[in-house]
Amino acid sequence: MTDLSMTKTPLLTVEHLTMRFGGLVANSDVSFVANNAEITAIIGPNGAGKTTLFNCITGFYTPTVGRLTLRHPDGKEFLLERMPGYRISQKASVARTFQNIRLFGGMSVLENLVVAQHNKLIRASGFSIAGLLGLPSYRKAESEAIDLAKYWLDRVRLLDFADWSAGNLPYGAQRRLEIARAMCTEPVLLCLDEPAAGLNPRESAELAELLTFIRDDHKTGVLLIEHDMSVVMRISDHVVVLDYGRKISDGDPAFVKNDPAVIRAYLGEDEDAELPAEVANDLPEVAQNDVKRAEEGA
Amino acid sequence: MTALSMSSPRSIAWPAILKEAAITAFVALLLTIPLVGLRTVDRPTGLGLETRWAEVAAAVGLVFLGRLGLCLIRDGQPTVVLVLAAVATAAGFFIKMPTEALRVILIAGGAIIAIRAVIAIRTGRSKLSQAERDQRMDRIAAKVQHASRWLGPIAVVVALAFPLTPLADRQLLDIGILLLTYIMLGWGLNIVVGLAGLLDLGYVAFYAVGAYSYALLAHYFGLSFWLCLPLAGLLAAGSGVLLGFPVLRLRGDYFAIVTLGFGEIIRIILVNWYQFTGGPNGISGIPRPSFFGLADFVRSPPEGTLAFHEMFGLEFSPLHRIVFLYYLILALSLVVNLFTLRIRKLPLGRAWEALREDDIACASLGINRTNMKLAAFAIAAMFGGFAGSFFATRQGFISPESFTFIESAIILAIVVLGGMGSQIGVVVATLLVIGLPEAFRELADYRMLAFGMGMVLIMLWRPRGLLAHRDPTILLYGRNGKGTGGAAAGTAAAGGQGIAGGRAK
Repeated sequence: MTDLSMTKTPLLTVEHLTMRFGGLVANSDVSFVANNAEITAIIGPNGAGKTTLFNCITGFYTPTVGRLTLRHPDGKEFLLERMPGYRISQKASVARTFQNIRLFGGMSVLENLVVAQHNKLIRASGFSIAGLLGLPSYRKAESEAIDLAKYWLDRVRLLDFADWSAGNLPYGAQRRLEIARAMCTEPVLLCLDEPAAGLNPRESAELAELLTFIRDDHKTGVLLIEHDMSVVMRISDHVVVLDYGRKISDGDPAFVKNDPAVIRAYLGEDEDAELPAEVANDLPEVAQNDVKRAEEGA
Repeated sequence: MTALSMSSPRSIAWPAILKEAAITAFVALLLTIPLVGLRTVDRPTGLGLETRWAEVAAAVGLVFLGRLGLCLIRDGQPTVVLVLAAVATAAGFFIKMPTEALRVILIAGGAIIAIRAVIAIRTGRSKLSQAERDQRMDRIAAKVQHASRWLGPIAVVVALAFPLTPLADRQLLDIGILLLTYIMLGWGLNIVVGLAGLLDLGYVAFYAVGAYSYALLAHYFGLSFWLCLPLAGLLAAGSGVLLGFPVLRLRGDYFAIVTLGFGEIIRIILVNWYQFTGGPNGISGIPRPSFFGLADFVRSPPEGTLAFHEMFGLEFSPLHRIVFLYYLILALSLVVNLFTLRIRKLPLGRAWEALREDDIACASLGINRTNMKLAAFAIAAMFGGFAGSFFATRQGFISPESFTFIESAIILAIVVLGGMGSQIGVVVATLLVIGLPEAFRELADYRMLAFGMGMVLIMLWRPRGLLAHRDPTILLYGRNGKGTGGAAAGTAAAGGQGIAGGRAK
């Protein structure tokens, strides 16, 4: 565990999280801590339950068992598993992106970022009444929202494309726009579901730079699901490894990289050690059965 | 189909062309025998069948010629075909035909083939690909959308001036009122379907609630129209919220089915609660609107009240009331229009459009989806209620028959046809869907056939609606700035996709 140093404050504490879908156990007894202003990567083979974990944290699923505590830097605490989905973003300031990009494709890039500031703006528009009347307070709020959008567009190098429709952007740009949109909600915790998927090496390097910027300059905690190990190992401060829904390793990148449990999960075990004794004993019998069946067939 | 350059017309393969045209004619024959050839008539002895073989023969012959024309265009003879098609169209216009239907087929078919020939001459190709056609239509839609900046005000001025012109007789004013009622309903439904992307198949329920609210309040409590108008809106909005709460958690098809059911529930309540609503007999004698409560539109007002013509020192004319109703519905529909134009630029409207595009992403951004959808539902229902109470006061009589599913379907057709979310699209579609059948009343028999055919064609050629084009509600670089060119103009107007997407989820 890395929270030995005094400067690190826990942002998200996941305790004994279990998520079952009927008989299928997607996450079982997962516990870890993600610190404030750190990049925590969650890695694991396909089907390890990473996205399910994300969906629990961001309120798309309610966990079967477990507690998710989010502690803001100012001390406010939120129990995420008790909040309805939209409140987690609205009140607890957790933002997320999706594995398959979910932009508002028919709307312009700028509109995407303004929609992200919905809660701020709808209050400023007096739930549309002040807005319909065209009161100056709303106009001020809107121009501030546009300034924030411009700031993030500049950050993700999409300022020139502000008036394009989001669906017409190239793939890499859409990924960056989704991150910008999440950041426009001004989160304390940003959850990114495979942000580097489908990016070329240059784009991945840019992404890594953007994420470190978000961590260092905005003091935002980042929770990252990623398969691209070059990105993960370079930028993350803390790595959690899942396999078959369980946490198998947890620590800094160097530790995780050399953890035998992780190597086993990714590369498999030695062939001799792989088979438990009963299975190995059964094998000749199975082979014989096969031969018999083949003879009967002939 | 292969692209041919006009410079080298190849020899025409007559047998192949004739065969193709014959096959087409045969298919037309199979279709026209039941649809056109047979007609049921009421006879004193019971229902009888009447045959119309002449029409069938004419239709099949025209289809044969039309296909021949298309084949010739393909084989590099567009000029000849253009001349012939133009002649056919002209013949349809000027030469008296045995039946009206024949004339319409001749004009419409001739015109379509002529257009195809012109396109072939201009582009040097016999047929445009789907993508190209889409692109062209998109460009036209974008142009219309931009033109609506000045076209809109002009249309409003024309609509305002129309009753003052000598053209305005009783019949035209009535058609105007009818069109404006549907435009208002279309704009109202557009908020739910076009902006929020919720397929509402029971919009007429709110229209009914509005109409019955006014009729019943006037009947039992003697309240005036001007008091009832806001009340009807509130009651309709209330019923929208009532329906919305349980229903808005559903998506796509399921949502559509429940709204369809709601529309029927309202109608069936109206039919069966006869002690209160008059049942199928409806409510008659609904009071007419007064001139803002100041004067009535009557020849000789009762003691102590004022008549409109006395107030302004005019000669009494029954048209005054019609003109007043016309202005009233014009004002009401413009309110809906202005509201929609304004709300699109506000967080509420943007959230609606975002919900239509992707409601899961909306949840991840902290948007309270239920409240946003409820707001859309309630506001659209309120406008439906206004239109309903206008309908009640205009007709003076309402019955559940006016609020059947077909009304919902027509309003929805207007919205979808016009291009979801497009304000000008609703106007154009209303003119097509309501205006054309009114204009071709003589063709009563073929109206629904033509209506259905038109819908099929538009869904084939332009599934996103005629004027589906979305302009961003906010621009960083202004209208002519960088980036607006190809990109924003080519927005995937998401109405159709919204519904398709909702279905896929």
